[in-house]
Amino acid sequence: MSMTHVLDQKNKTAGYEAEGTAAAASRSVYETKQLNLWYGANHALKNIELDIKENEVTAIIGPSGCGKSTYLKTLNRMVELVPSVKTSGQILYRGRNIFDKDYGVEELRTRVGMVFQKPNPFPKSIYDNIAYGPRIHGIKNKKILDEIVEKSLRGAAIWDEVKDRLNENAYSVSGGQQQRICIARALAIEPDVILMDEPTSALDPISTLKIEELVQELKKDYSIIIVTHNMQQAARISDKTAFFLNGEVIEYDKTDTIFSNPSDKRTEDYISGRFG
Amino acid sequence: MRYVEHDTVVRRMNGRMVVNTIFKSIFLLATLTALLALFVLMYQIVTQGISHLSFGFLTNFASRFPEQAGIKAALVGSIWLMAVVAPTSIILGVGSALYLEEYARQNRITTFIRMNISNLAGVPSVVFGLLGLTIFVRALALGNSILAAGFTMSLLILPVIIVASQEAIRSVPGELRDASYGMGATKWQTIVKIILPAAIPGILTGSILALSRAIGETAPLIVIGVPVIIQFLPAGVMDTFTALPMQIYDWSSRPQQEFQQVAAAGIIVLMVVLLLMNSVAVFIRNKFEKRY
Repeated sequence: MSMTHVLDQKNKTAGYEAEGTAAAASRSVYETKQLNLWYGANHALKNIELDIKENEVTAIIGPSGCGKSTYLKTLNRMVELVPSVKTSGQILYRGRNIFDKDYGVEELRTRVGMVFQKPNPFPKSIYDNIAYGPRIHGIKNKKILDEIVEKSLRGAAIWDEVKDRLNENAYSVSGGQQQRICIARALAIEPDVILMDEPTSALDPISTLKIEELVQELKKDYSIIIVTHNMQQAARISDKTAFFLNGEVIEYDKTDTIFSNPSDKRTEDYISGRFG
Repeated sequence: MRYVEHDTVVRRMNGRMVVNTIFKSIFLLATLTALLALFVLMYQIVTQGISHLSFGFLTNFASRFPEQAGIKAALVGSIWLMAVVAPTSIILGVGSALYLEEYARQNRITTFIRMNISNLAGVPSVVFGLLGLTIFVRALALGNSILAAGFTMSLLILPVIIVASQEAIRSVPGELRDASYGMGATKWQTIVKIILPAAIPGILTGSILALSRAIGETAPLIVIGVPVIIQFLPAGVMDTFTALPMQIYDWSSRPQQEFQQVAAAGIIVLMVVLLLMNSVAVFIRNKFEKRY
């Protein structure tokens, strides 16, 4: 399917290419249109309009409870694991509405990997953690799995630290290493987009730095959307930043613009630390 | 002014320490009472039964002469019973628990079902005996066979297995489910590869403790009409049989003093079987325990 799919994308996103400088960087991965989301009676996301580009790091910032994590989890429909969630509107992933009845969540989540707030390796060996994704998608060949494991661990910059202990339990390494193993596990299914939900909030500064460097490295091959409550982190690693407040997108622009010259007073108050 | 006056606190310290010591002694006493009761029970049974315990006791059938009475039919019968109860109750129990925890929507009906499963665990065993008599023995015409008794016992311990399995499944951290679903795993793949391996120590420990209860239950067997004196071994699940607690009950209700010793010997055999099952539970828990 890939060839025709890519061609479709080109046609659909041709409009965006005109404005961008580099043609590849301006293609959209996610176009969110009039997205609303309710947890029961609680209106958590209100009329979200966001256009997320390929091979960029998009940071989502905002105070606790502003809906930033909810939005991230909507992008791979993990939010539906919470009972009583209702949505309206559209999220187009590569031009296709992810809420379509015939769009299976399993397919979507194979294309869109996720890294969670708390490192959550499986209580299995490091090898089995990385091989989990490929295995559930039907890869059984030991040689191919070996290659995927090495490639993914190298991709997450942790191969040298764990290559001699692949058969040890993933919980035997430090928290920062566990988080990079989780990133490697997400890479193993060769996703198109990686969603990161405050991936460094449980880590020490040195591990945080390593993950941030890794994100810079990964954006060459992946589109990354990262939720963070650390504004310096957003400023350091992202190309675009979206500021969420009370379930609304207040401002979405180039990270430099957001942090140096925000157009909304509330954005300015938040990034200057006046609230949040 | 200060609210916490340290000098006053020190002056009142003695009273607190006395109360502290008193409660420690009360709790120690409570533990010792339970241990003492157990010890007296064991001592009584072992001193009574040990003289009758021999290899012959395990290989003889029941007899009206106490010195020839053996437990062979009951021991083999109990093993047959377990062979029916274990798969039936574990498959049904774990299946129900998985449905309730992983598939069922949270609404008033499932809350009602959950609550009643816990209530079922408290229903007296004799009531389950009547249920088994009505459904399995009569309606399904299984008679007083191993199958009928096994199904009845399965129903009896099913609530315990469901509740234990639910607890074990619920204690699997949600982050592991998220990680699995986040990679595009289906619910079934997540259950088989992530949830069950992590929940198996809890499920098996609960199941084996429930099976220990089933092997010691007498009331449902009496209601179903399981005979006591059997001079042959069952050849299949449709045969009739007898079980350890039935045999012990029969021996202990006989007037001759010698049969009291035979009953005690039977109890020792039953307790050894129970002890073996419990140690299997402990072994499984230690071997498969996962850390997060």
